[in-house]
Amino acid sequence: MALLQISEPGQSTAPHHHRLAVGIDLGTTNSLVACVRSGIADTLPDGEGRHLLPSVVRYLKGSAPVVGDAALAAAAEDPLNTIASVKRMMGRGIEDVKRLGGALPYEFAPGESGMPRIRTAAGLWSPVEVSAEILRSLKRRAEATLGGDLTGAVITVPAYFDDAQRQATKDAGRLAGLTVLRLLNEPTAAAVAYGLDKKAEGVFAIYDLGGGTFDISILRLNRGVFEVLATAGDSALGGDDMDHALADWMLRQAGVEVSADPHGARRALRDARAAKHALSQGEEAAVRVTRPDGSVWQGRLTRDEFQALVDPIIERTVAPCRRVLRDAGITASDISEVVLVGGSTRMPRVRERATAVFGRTPLTDIDPDRVVAIGAAIQADVLAGNKPRDEMLLLDVIPLSLGIEIMGGMVEKIIARNSTIPIAKAQDFTTFKDGQTAMAIHVVQGERELVSDCRSLARFDLRGIPPMVAGAGRIRVTFQIDADGLLSVSAQEQTSGVASSVVVKPSYGLSDAEIERMLRDSIAHAHEDNDARNLREQQVEADRVLAAVESALVADGTALLSPAERQEIEQALSRLRSLRDGTDVARIRDGIGALDRATREFAARRMNEGINKALAGHRLDEFG
Amino acid sequence: MQASVEKNFFELFGLPVGFNLDTADLAARYRDLQRQFHPDRYANATDPERRLSLQITAQINQGFQTLKEPLSRGRYLLALQGVNTDEETDTRMDPDFLVEQMELRESLDEARCSAQRGEQLARLARETDALLRTRTEALGSSLAGGDPEGLRRARELVREMQFLKKLAREIEELGEVD
Repeated sequence: MALLQISEPGQSTAPHHHRLAVGIDLGTTNSLVACVRSGIADTLPDGEGRHLLPSVVRYLKGSAPVVGDAALAAAAEDPLNTIASVKRMMGRGIEDVKRLGGALPYEFAPGESGMPRIRTAAGLWSPVEVSAEILRSLKRRAEATLGGDLTGAVITVPAYFDDAQRQATKDAGRLAGLTVLRLLNEPTAAAVAYGLDKKAEGVFAIYDLGGGTFDISILRLNRGVFEVLATAGDSALGGDDMDHALADWMLRQAGVEVSADPHGARRALRDARAAKHALSQGEEAAVRVTRPDGSVWQGRLTRDEFQALVDPIIERTVAPCRRVLRDAGITASDISEVVLVGGSTRMPRVRERATAVFGRTPLTDIDPDRVVAIGAAIQADVLAGNKPRDEMLLLDVIPLSLGIEIMGGMVEKIIARNSTIPIAKAQDFTTFKDGQTAMAIHVVQGERELVSDCRSLARFDLRGIPPMVAGAGRIRVTFQIDADGLLSVSAQEQTSGVASSVVVKPSYGLSDAEIERMLRDSIAHAHEDNDARNLREQQVEADRVLAAVESALVADGTALLSPAERQEIEQALSRLRSLRDGTDVARIRDGIGALDRATREFAARRMNEGINKALAGHRLDEFG
Repeated sequence: MQASVEKNFFELFGLPVGFNLDTADLAARYRDLQRQFHPDRYANATDPERRLSLQITAQINQGFQTLKEPLSRGRYLLALQGVNTDEETDTRMDPDFLVEQMELRESLDEARCSAQRGEQLARLARETDALLRTRTEALGSSLAGGDPEGLRRARELVREMQFLKKLAREIEELGEVD
């Protein structure tokens, strides 16, 4: 191993350096972190050899929060301060959370935006902050195991997550100090783990039933391209519901009122989960409930009885399976393999149902708890630039249609569900009053025709429209979904060309100001220096940009640039190089901006070359 | 900064402008363009390249979506010639077509409540499919000439196909709920 890396002055060694990038499965029940090392992707254990980190955070007065097994162990004795299944609350409003969390013991307080806060002994916490604690714990584990700072992480989300849930997940990553390289859909990650493993071709169905979410995705694999044809699911359906169904049954048998006894409810939930696991192996399980007065109810539960309790929950996975086949334009017989993902697919009943729906025996050879993290790690390795370019490519879709509110509370669809992302659609709006300078747009996600039946994502105020007579102002609003499945909006007045400003009010998300404050708080908490952190982040960004421009120049600088043009870029490069070693954050940012401007034309030429290269293998038709 | 974004979808895929195309060839071209331009390929590129990659990929995705289905391909070819199909605003349709549609809708209502629901829905799906197929063929020949009468006929066909597509979708949706 080389102790010193010697490079030419000003030449970054970064492009050849192996970047540490991980895949994180941020699950409802358990979370994992995985990494590709020496070409092999695997999950990373903690110091005691445990791969699964229970997604549980316990807040204590006057000390740092506890994450994982220790928190899980305290859940029954300290239910109000121990937050489990926080994923189910991500991107949700306080009303949703109360509805789905009928059995959750937490106390909620409204936040500045629609996002709820959970009251604990250590203060109020949003679901995003709780998730960030879990991510921080995994980040520490990875950095300790891999021996260095992480370049970035791919975090997985249920394919059926809407924009608010995705944004909340990305915000959690940012709060945890992670560079989120990509939000990756869990079924797609599983397909990567299986597909690359088996060098498979054909159509895959990924049936993913986890702790809190159900996803069904259909993918076509073709020479390393993983193309999601369609996805469907239910972002509030999973093993948790089965635990609740069983716990409720146990408490009813014991004659205990659930709401009167949060500790008892939490214990019942824990015991129900244990009984569920036991019934995946055995035919019968013992269950018991300790009543508030200390007396004990004991009973036995057969697998058949248990199945009768959870069948209605499993049955809810069938309709999305049918819909996804239709949306993909295929029938069950077109599917070459069915893959099962998620802890709940260990249940024999779930396997039976999946086998019946698709008419074939599913693959289960990769541990269903670990397969998603492994797939995410493979993608992270590619995005960090550790893999040759053309190894694999994931083409994912937007799971739910995106629309805007029109007259009468109706929805007009702008982007249809299952459209491949990234995608952009433009829509024109006209002013309806003389001198109108602002306009409000309400963006929703969902398949129904009424706004009230869809999920409100955000309200956008367009401002700075030049005053004109009614109907003369035409504003083109462009909705763009990026590769993470996240929406952004831009607007331009068409007759004057004036760009209108877009002010976003997320319906259930955090405002930028809230995130900024949380970041400052978490830094203060960690006794870190905010300025030093800003500088370090800006330097890392400068290094990334420098390396990218340098390698572009090596590849195409001679072919696509005149000596004068090249010199201009070289000047911006060397200016940024010298700024990067200084301590002025604002000047480094300016230097990055200047280099950006200097390389725009070069980028456009490289892209045009790319079109020819991409189609070089095809018959070149005459344009008719 | 515009790069290839200015190209029409046929040019983007290196294909001649026209209704008839080989969808397998289109899909192969689509995948190769994606291999070249997808944002994942530009994770470590310069910022202007990353922005362009996002723009071009959005264009490629929309182009593939538009060209792969005969209905949207036909509508796009008409738009390239300055003919707007106005499905939302112009509700005038050929009376014979409307009568036929009403009959089909009545059959759909009957099938919904019928004892042989499955069979009836399947028959209706086949009928609708046949109507769509003959129109798809007619659309190809109407567009081939490029004369005003051909374009007028093509516009009518696209509008009728839009109706039939919607019907086909409703039949499928009913078939799923059992």
